[in-house]
This record gives sequence, structure tokens and C-alpha cells, in this order.
Amino acid sequence: MLNIPLWNRIVIWGLVALGLAFAMPNLFYPRVERHNDAAAAIEAGLSSEEAEADLAAWPSFLPSTLVNLGLDLRGGAHLLAQVNVEDVYVARLDALWPSVRDALRDERETVGTIRRQDSAPGELRVRISQPDGMTSALEAVRTLSRPVSNLTGVGASTLDVRADGDEVVVTLSEAERTATDDRTMRQSVEIVRRRVDEVGTREPTIQRQGQDRILIQVPGIGSAEELKRLIGTTARLTFHPVTGRGGSGLQPESREIVLPDIEDDSLYYRLEQTPVLSGEDLSDAQPAFNQNGQPTVNFTLTTSGSRAFCEYSQNNVGAPFAIVLDEEVLSAPTIREAICGGSGQISGNFTVETSTELAVLLRAGALPAEMTFLEERTVGPELGADSIAAGETAAVVAGIAVLLFMGLSYGLFGLFANVALIVNVVLIFGLLSLIGATLTLPGIAGIVLTIGMAVDANVLIFERIREELKTAKGPSRAIELGYEKARSAIYDANITTFITAVILYMMGSGPVRGFAITLGLGIVTSVFTALFVTRLLIVMWFERRRPKTIEV
Amino acid sequence: MRLKLVPTETAWDFFRFTKVAIFGSSLAMIASILLFFVVGLNFGIDFRGGTTIRTEAHSEVDVAAYRGALQGLDLGDITITEVFDPSFEADQHVAMINVQAQEGQEAVTPETIAAIEAELQQVDPSITFPSVESVGPTVSGELVRTAIIAVALAITAVLIYIWLRFEWQFSLGAVAALVHDVTLTIGIFSLLQIRFDLAIIAALLTIVGYSLNDTVVVFDRVRENLRKYKKRPLGEVLNLSINETLSRTVMTSVTTLIALISLFVLGGDVIRGFVFAMIWGVIVGTYSSVFVASVVLLRLGVTRDWSKSDNGAGPGPGGGTQFSNVDA
Repeated sequence: MLNIPLWNRIVIWGLVALGLAFAMPNLFYPRVERHNDAAAAIEAGLSSEEAEADLAAWPSFLPSTLVNLGLDLRGGAHLLAQVNVEDVYVARLDALWPSVRDALRDERETVGTIRRQDSAPGELRVRISQPDGMTSALEAVRTLSRPVSNLTGVGASTLDVRADGDEVVVTLSEAERTATDDRTMRQSVEIVRRRVDEVGTREPTIQRQGQDRILIQVPGIGSAEELKRLIGTTARLTFHPVTGRGGSGLQPESREIVLPDIEDDSLYYRLEQTPVLSGEDLSDAQPAFNQNGQPTVNFTLTTSGSRAFCEYSQNNVGAPFAIVLDEEVLSAPTIREAICGGSGQISGNFTVETSTELAVLLRAGALPAEMTFLEERTVGPELGADSIAAGETAAVVAGIAVLLFMGLSYGLFGLFANVALIVNVVLIFGLLSLIGATLTLPGIAGIVLTIGMAVDANVLIFERIREELKTAKGPSRAIELGYEKARSAIYDANITTFITAVILYMMGSGPVRGFAITLGLGIVTSVFTALFVTRLLIVMWFERRRPKTIEV
Repeated sequence: MRLKLVPTETAWDFFRFTKVAIFGSSLAMIASILLFFVVGLNFGIDFRGGTTIRTEAHSEVDVAAYRGALQGLDLGDITITEVFDPSFEADQHVAMINVQAQEGQEAVTPETIAAIEAELQQVDPSITFPSVESVGPTVSGELVRTAIIAVALAITAVLIYIWLRFEWQFSLGAVAALVHDVTLTIGIFSLLQIRFDLAIIAALLTIVGYSLNDTVVVFDRVRENLRKYKKRPLGEVLNLSINETLSRTVMTSVTTLIALISLFVLGGDVIRGFVFAMIWGVIVGTYSSVFVASVVLLRLGVTRDWSKSDNGAGPGPGGGTQFSNVDA
């Protein structure tokens, strides 16, 4: 007969109650959100009266789980960036040059004089004057190669060294490139995260995607442009000795570079390629003002950076040096005396905003490589709010219409299905909150669709019960058979839909993924409510009334 | 009094319409394919690359003036469409501006967007830009590939599942229905030139799921009835099964349509295309599960494995294995 053991009933009601508890905070969205923000702030040690008040606005014994709102609902910016990982190969080989030089100098007897040649990016070419000594030159350079430090490149070494005429050509090995790419990506993601965190927005998403991409989603930021300025700037700060200045016709000599002045379009500087100091030597940067009241950025050097700069400035009093930011010369002051204090000031044509921005960027560190943006989306907060409002209205109207329709079609059993339908929506929200999933506009559509489709399992059962009643087996038997026989159709129908939801989730991104989540969760909850909740309701009603006949 | 959309007992002969259905469906599919190749889909930036800017202003949208303002920027192909929605306020005038992907650039540059916004602000000072989206050619190419893979993968996965649970003939029937639905959806999108973007792919997959849901319910009953009435010809069993599940098919379609129509009317213009695809899919999917899937099944026939003893017990969750053991 229609027996459901007590423990079963407790589990069913318990799950429903849990779903209700986790879904409920969403009704008080702004208040709970402030509560959560305040809790996070206080945890981070930023307690304030305001935060305390916000914290107290929501009782701490209640769950405070919320559904994350996607960018299309909350407004914000989305960027897909590609990291130009090859940039790093160039820097790596440049850094390698002094060691190669030293190694070859030690072999001067056999290889003769050496000279670095200009070469394609990602290659280091050194010409030796005695090609007969090539073998020992190659050997000497190969000693610089190290085993690659990752799991996949077992046995591989970092450098490929080969001879090309009288030139030694050094490139990074395949395994080392892979390892370098991976490191570059991890660094880039970390630095992007630091920069975004510096401006302190809520719950940004920063994810590595595929080989060389980073997905960045920041809710609440004004526009993708703003975000791009923040994370798209490489912010590579370097200090170079100046060897000359002139107009646009200025030609670099070997191992030199020519860079433009940031303000004066007609002014160019010739600089030594190897910097004296770089951004890694900074320990802090803060926006400040100089004695004329102009915005500047004050920086502090690390101990090693401070020592290096002290030594350089002692030896080069009277010579100019250039402060370079991302391939542009900010300023080129002359060293008046040895600078050993470990701190300094960058002046340029700053406004208060740009000096603050630069300080943020310098603190967070330079990106190891440049980024290209493949995709960007901005959604204004008003549009998001409109979408939520429209989605809410549609969901409520859809819900009421379906409830009415079910009531009219199945009478009392329709009411049971309606209770299950409401429980179903509550459970979806509870689950969404619990797993911290993101609700998007297509996600809302998924919920509305679920409202329509959730009744399907119940309809299958009710129609089956109707049929079984025709063969007059008595109501309790008919109900039991109805459930039993409808089960295989319910499973098959829902598993197939679930398969498509899973594929959508795997292949989709952003809003589409949000849709897949609500669709998938909706399938799980609607099967649960139809097979357990509605059934329990019917059984409880049946036990009380013991009707001789039922009408479905 | 109960609301009954379908009489309690029906014995309609659905296969009387087979010829008409096959003819109609084939015609519709051919028309869809022709439309797709001749007119083509109105691809959104997700698949074509480019930039979409949504504008909102207090005064009427003057498409010609907008176009005139942007002419000087030399951006190539620009389309401007005004958007209407019942949920807009009286002084809320919305337009969508599509700019093609610019030569040699991935995402649009900040300068281009700033220039567009400045020009439009000259036309109408009250104009604001609630959303700006830009997709580079690299990504859009990948999105096309991913979308095709997703739809193909979904259909294959389902084919395999039904094959395992039923028989290969059922599987082909269901997939024929799916292909029918997807083709017709692409056809209507080509015909009406509704913007086809990533969300529509999600809708397509949902249609696949929904249509399948319907088909599987009918097939489940066919499987059961095949065991129950071992002597009756397949056509009769199919017809009986469709009749028996008809009430459920109609009920579920109606509740789903109620929900979708309310979303279509009230859900705002941003997801209207998406919802339209689903409404279309529900209608076409319901039709195809009866007229396409079953007809294909009827034509293919079913191998009834009489050698296995079947005492007519109700199908448990594993009941399908009887048929999946058949040497197909």
C-alpha cells in the first residue's frame, strides 16, 4: 500500500526545510548583502560603526547565503584577455646575455672575440671571431642550460643551443617554453587579481582560460574601458642610463633603444637597453605631491634595489638617467649626487587620478607580458535592474498562470502539484545560493521554463493514475500503480534533458552557463518534488481521509 | 468541473495524416535549408565579431540622424535598429547599434567607442549607453565552432542514451525529430531575421531537450504497449500509445507555453529572441514527437524479440534492457 516510512518523511521535509532556509535570505537581498560585506570587512580588520550596524541588520544565526547575480543582472564589465606569452621569451634571453657573455669570455683562447648580433625575437645570436672554436663555444653555452623544473618536461633542459655559420644561436627549448608560458600565465592572473582587488569591488571573477587567456569579470565597475585601463597597462617601470637625445630621426647603436618622451612628441631619448633598476626593485609606491603642489608618485626601493641604485648614482654623478614606464620616458633628470636613501619620486604630467592609478599599478607589480583583449562587454547597472524587474514580473505571472491551470485541470491533486511547484522554485533558489552559482538573465528564463516543465513529472503521474482508475482497482492501488508506471518515463525524459543541460554547461560560457545551471538544477528538483514531495502530500491526505473514490 | 483540453478517451488515428505530415515537414525543412543558404541568419556579434552598443535616450530615436553622425567615423558596416518593448517608460527610447569588426583589431578600441559615444551625444545630449559589447574575430570563430560542437554533441549523446534504453529504431526516430526541430528553428530565424547569438544556441539545446522529453514519453509508452499487446501491428500500438499520452503531451506543452509566453511578453527585450526560439521549439517539438519521431519509428519497424519470455510485468527502471539486447 501507500507506505512511506517515518524516516523517509523526515528526510523529505528536512530537505524542503533546508532549501527554504537557504533560499530565504534572497528575499532580503540588499540587507543580507550588506551584512555579508560588513562581515567580510570586519574579518579583514576594517571594523567601523557602519559595518557593525550592517552586520547587526541580519541575525547571524540565520543563513546568509545569496544567489550571485551575473553581470547582465548586476551590471559590470567582462573582459577576455590574451596574454602575449612570447614577450617573456625575449626578456628571458636578454637576461641570459650577461651569463652567455661571461661563459664565452672564459673560452676566449679558442673562440676569440664575441659580439651579440641583432636577431629575431626569441633568439639570442652571438658571433665568435674564430669559427674553429665553435664546438667549445657551444659546449660553454650549454653549461648554462638547466633541467626544466616541471613535471611534464622530465629530462628536458631549458636551452637549445646550435651553431649557424660563425654564430651561436640560443633559444628556449620547447619544454622550457611550456613551463615559461605556464609561469607567465600564473603571474599574469595573480597580478590582474591584485590590481582588481586594489580597487576593491565585490566578487570579481579572474580565471585562466585555455592556454593563454584570462577571463575577468568585475561586477559594479562602470565600464570595460575603466577595467582595461586598470589591467591592460603593463606598468613596467625601468630606470635607464641616457646616452643621447634628439628628434625622431635618432638611431640606436648596438644594445641601445630609442624611446619617445611621454609629453613632447618631438623629443626622443637614446638609452642603454639594460636597465639599472626595474619595477621589481620597488617595495612600495604612493601618490604624493611635490613642493610645487603637483601630483607625483613616491616610491621606496627594496634593499637590493637601493644598493644597486646607490652604487650606480655614485659612479655617474652629472649624467642623466631616464625613468621609463611602458616604453615611454616619463622624465630624464640628471644625477646631482649619490642617491642612497632607498626612496625617490617620479614626477611627470600627473593629475591626482593618474598618480593614484600609477601608484596602484606599481604596487601590484608589472605584468610579465602584454595583453590583447579579445572580447569585452559592459552592462550598465540600470539595464541589469530592468532585466531583474522584468524577469521577476514574468516569473510571478507565469507561476500564477501555471498554478491556476493546474488547479483547474486536476482539482485537489492539482493543488498538491502546486505546492510541489512552489517548493521546487524555493529549492532551486536554495541550491543556487548554496553552491554559490551565478544567476543570469537566461538563468531566470531557465527558472521560468522549469516552472512550466516542472509540472511535467506530476502530469505524467496524474495522467497515469487517471488511467489506472479506469480499470477500477480502487484508489490506493491506482495511485501506487500510477507512480510505479510513470517512473520509467519520468527518468528517461529527465535524464535526456539533463544530458543537454550538462553539455550546455560544459560548452557554454557566462550567461549560457547560467541557463544550464538553472535548467539542470530545475530538473533535479522537479523530479525530487514530483516523486517525493507530491507523493508524500497525497499519501498524507489519503491516510487522513481514506476516500473510497478519488477524482484526479 | 475539470478543465479538460483533451477528451478522456481518444482514439484518433494519427497515422491517417502521415502523408500530409511527411510532405509538410519535408517541405518545411527544405524551405528552412533554402532560407538558411539564401537569406542567411542574422548573426549577432558573438558569431560575427564586432561591437554592439545599446543606447537609451529621452527623445525619439532618429535612426537617420544616428547614422549620419556615425558616417564620418569610417567604421564600415553599421546597422541601427530601434527597440520597442512594453516595459519601457514613455520617454525611454532604445536603439541597438551594430558595428562590424574593425580590420586588424581584436576587441574595439576605447578610442572608437569614445568617438561613437561623442558623436551620438551631439545628436542627442540625453543619450546614455547602458551596454557596450565587443567580440573579436578570434573569439567569434571559436564560438561558432563550440556552438556547432555543442549541438552535435547533445544530439549524439541523446542518440546513444535512447539506443541503450530502447532500440536503435527509437533512437533514429528521436534524432530525426531533433534534426527536424533544429532545422525548422534555424529556418524561422533566417526568415524573420531575428538576431542569432549565443543565447539562441542555448535555446536550441533546450529545444533538443524538450522535444526529446516529449518523444521519450511517447516511446516509453510504445515500449510498454509492445509488451502488452504482442499480436497487434506496430502502427496500431504506436497510435494507441500516442492517444494514451496525448493528454499529458498537451498539458505539459500548455503549461510550458504559458510560462514562456509570459516571459516573452513581460521579460524584456534582451531575452525576447531567446524566448521566441523556445516557444517555437515547444510547438515544433510537440508536433515532431507525434508526427516525425513516431512516423520514422513506424517506417523503420521494431524488432520484437519473441524468443525472450516476457510475462507482461510492469516495466521497472531496467525494463528497457529487453530491447537493447536485440541484435540491431
